[in-house]
Amino acid sequence: MQRTASLVTKVFIQRDYSEGTVCRFQTKFPAELDNRVERALLEQTVKTLNSCYVEAEKVGGQSYLEGCLACATAYIVFLCMETRYEKVLKKISGYIQEQNEKIYAPRGLLLTDPIERGMRVVSFIQLLLHSLRTTNTSV
Amino acid sequence: MSQIQHAVPDGPIRYTQICTRSSSCSSPQTSSSAAAAGTEPPSCPGHRGRTPRRKWQVFPGRNRFYCDGRVMMARQTGVFYLTLVLIILTSGLFFAFDCPYLASNLSPAIPAVGAVLFIFVMGMLLRASFSDPGVLPRATPDEAADLERQIDSTGCSKPPPRTREVLINGQTVKLKYCFTCKIFRPPRASHCSLCDNCVERFDHHCPWVGNCVGRRNYRFFYFFILSLSFLTIFIFAFVITHVVLTSMFDSFTALRTILEVVVCFFSVWSIVGLSGFHTYLISSNQTTNEDIKGTWSRKEGKDNYNPYSYGNVLTNCCTALCGPLPPSLIDRRGLIQADTPQTAPQSNGTGGGGSYAPTQLHSHMVGGYHPGRLQHGGGTSCQLCCFHAAKISVCTVW
Repeated sequence: MQRTASLVTKVFIQRDYSEGTVCRFQTKFPAELDNRVERALLEQTVKTLNSCYVEAEKVGGQSYLEGCLACATAYIVFLCMETRYEKVLKKISGYIQEQNEKIYAPRGLLLTDPIERGMRVVSFIQLLLHSLRTTNTSV
Repeated sequence: MSQIQHAVPDGPIRYTQICTRSSSCSSPQTSSSAAAAGTEPPSCPGHRGRTPRRKWQVFPGRNRFYCDGRVMMARQTGVFYLTLVLIILTSGLFFAFDCPYLASNLSPAIPAVGAVLFIFVMGMLLRASFSDPGVLPRATPDEAADLERQIDSTGCSKPPPRTREVLINGQTVKLKYCFTCKIFRPPRASHCSLCDNCVERFDHHCPWVGNCVGRRNYRFFYFFILSLSFLTIFIFAFVITHVVLTSMFDSFTALRTILEVVVCFFSVWSIVGLSGFHTYLISSNQTTNEDIKGTWSRKEGKDNYNPYSYGNVLTNCCTALCGPLPPSLIDRRGLIQADTPQTAPQSNGTGGGGSYAPTQLHSHMVGGYHPGRLQHGGGTSCQLCCFHAAKISVCTVW
């Protein structure tokens, strides 16, 4: 019988406040992931996430229209429709899932959605699986 | 020792919770049962007695929740009820006794406008009182430990610094570490001692509204005080008009009129003043907290300016009032799921590689964060949820 033990450690990427209160994560590569994933891939993921959050928080024509419409209807309209921010968050969930499937899961990593951490961190969960053979059962 | 491979298992991936209490527990269970176990110690699979608890029931702050987590207020709500009584009583007296005369002798538009104002005031008040002001959830133990490690690595023998400096638009801003929430507070966030929460873009704690005023409900608060100013002035003006036109002074009319006039008079001075103050704050993109502390006031010899201001009054106003409304970060109605990593030996019946492939993920429900209407019901497939289950290291993924 093959016994396996799994150890989970977490690596966090913190928020980058250099551009104010806009949601943005640091693109600095964490040292703990040095031999787990390529630098360029991770930077690309974080940059895409950052651009999505910028899009969600963008103050422009569409957000003004949404805000004015909501105010005029005493915010009742939000019972029937999603805000733009929520739509972008859904898109981000889909993107993170896709990134996990294509890039991170094959490398034994799991990227969690920042919204589940209160937008404080992007966390990577490292699954380190060790298989300890007690018999000669071949895999 | 096997290495991480890109193996694809034959069947759907199942998650097995290992019971650490009894050696006879070996039946597989889905992670929805793991969610049902909530924050209790790991129970044997098959134990499904407890109903799943929602996150608001274990919320660490000093808040009160109603309607199964949909409504969130501060602990002390007495003054909020006073606000409600004052508004409803004064408006009620106005509509009942002054409006019939004014509608018939002046114009029916008067009660109509009054009604619209009243409904708007009540709507904004309830929205400001009942919504999440922008509470930041407390750090998980892993995050707190990671931050502690980072802080300790920078210090030497002295107590390590609990502040971080950030350059925002050329202005140095200090981020303070919150010992209660175990996070470095984002810029403009502050910890409310009454609610015991860190709130984003913290303005102030308003007892009249029974809640903190922060990033998510500031616009409702502002529209509430602005529309209340108009309503107060409206009622004040038309009550005086009614009294002047009728010149009737029986005792009941006198009492009622005095009550309305007194309430409106004091309200006008305070509410209109407050509206004016908040209009100034919005146009300069400051919070009450920053204004009171004089964070961005010009100090001698220091080039101090507000780095958050867009430099333009109109842009500041539009951003504060019509900007995008961020969703709540605390997921009050989500179901509690176990999120603590453990190490445990696992037995594997079928053998296989040491990886999991997401291509054949099994569908089930786990209570992760899903904003607003996206909340999953039981049995809805969600591949992302399956990843949450994999965080629990006792899972065998074959």
